[in-house]
Amino acid sequence: MSNSYYDKSHLAKFGSITDLQEKLGTKFFDYYNAVFEGGELSAREKALIALAVAHTVQCPYCIDAYTESSVKHGISEPEMMEAVHVACAIRGGASLVHGVQMMEQAKKLNM
Amino acid sequence: MNNKRVELDFHPELELLRNRTETLRGLPGFEEKLDDSGLYPLTPTGLDILQVNVGYMCNMTCKHCHVDAGPHRKEIMPRETLQHCLNAYDAGGFKTVDITGGAPEMNPDFRWFVDELHQRGAHIIVRSNLTILVTTPRYRELPAFFAERGVEVTCSLPFYNKITTDRQRGEGTYDRSVEALKALNALGYGKGNARLELNLVYNPAGAFLPLPQQELEADFKRQLLEKHDIVFNNLFTITNLPISRYLDYLLRSDNLDDYMVTLVNAYNPMAADRVMCRNTISVGWDGRVYDCDFNQMLLMPVDVTESSSDYTHIKDFDAEILLKRRIRTGQHCYGCTAGAGSSCGGSLA
Repeated sequence: MSNSYYDKSHLAKFGSITDLQEKLGTKFFDYYNAVFEGGELSAREKALIALAVAHTVQCPYCIDAYTESSVKHGISEPEMMEAVHVACAIRGGASLVHGVQMMEQAKKLNM
Repeated sequence: MNNKRVELDFHPELELLRNRTETLRGLPGFEEKLDDSGLYPLTPTGLDILQVNVGYMCNMTCKHCHVDAGPHRKEIMPRETLQHCLNAYDAGGFKTVDITGGAPEMNPDFRWFVDELHQRGAHIIVRSNLTILVTTPRYRELPAFFAERGVEVTCSLPFYNKITTDRQRGEGTYDRSVEALKALNALGYGKGNARLELNLVYNPAGAFLPLPQQELEADFKRQLLEKHDIVFNNLFTITNLPISRYLDYLLRSDNLDDYMVTLVNAYNPMAADRVMCRNTISVGWDGRVYDCDFNQMLLMPVDVTESSSDYTHIKDFDAEILLKRRIRTGQHCYGCTAGAGSSCGGSLA
């Protein structure tokens, strides 16, 4: 076992989650795989969404996985960076919009 | 195990794939995996495809090329050896002759060889890099030459956009490839006439495995039709094997360990059962016979050492002996068995 919280080799072992609670793990992976199949959205669009979300949840495994998936789908690096900015804007905006709550609460509390 | 095999197994690249780092040393040997799948030793199932590498010279120098082909390569199959290949075709019961290179069109006897095969009624595949077909007037004649003889054209196009294609194959490649595909379409290639089959080969422009062939084929078809009004029959996805120029790239970009781990983790016994070396032989420019084009680059000729004579040259072709051989494998073979598998005809499983 490595002496750090994240170990790159764990990504390849993700499937071993089913070793314990096989039924739940299998249901998850079946669902996961179904989500990424082409549907109303193309697999390419889904890869890009996943890349943005990966940055939002700051998951290094997901970032590696969906950078690779994006590259496989021919998504260019500037496109990928634009998606990361979308994630950043939403994430930053989510903090900032709470400023309205702060302003209103402060106004209420202050004389 | 005889001395010859031990000596040849130690090609520096195979040695590197096994031993360069702790990670690589920790990976299971390909033969172990085959054994687990009940496939060791790997043996032929037939002699369906005669793949002839007519020379390593090429007008391009692609970053991933496992042949290390380019304008600097002088190895060209002479007519005498091409004749030996024709004799083998006559004797061997092959269904298909698959002509590759380098740019096979640059062999000075290329047209003669195709004509000879055509006269024999062979199913002929030419593996073209496309760009050669739009260089000089002499090469621009080739699409019509192919069409007249019903040659199947299987050509490289790593992606349906310029940026990815040119990054792997050189500036201007995409535009020239589009021009060549249009010329082939104009002759009826890729339009449903079974005599004029046009297939594209995709291989990843980086250190990753191909997307599923069916999904990628649908994307290629839609994109090439929308952007350029180009049609084709099939897309074949091919995994890059970690040898030669592609191995150099993996080393330089510090991707080798991760790539090998990816290949090993994606080992698919069903793909292993169907690998192309089981029904193909590959002939090098000098007439030497190999299990596949990759073993050719690793200088690992067919293992027919159990017979009393050296049957590793195409002039001594003997179907019976070749069918009894043990196919030679190494860590590079994981490239053909990963995921949906990989062969010159695309995915396997």
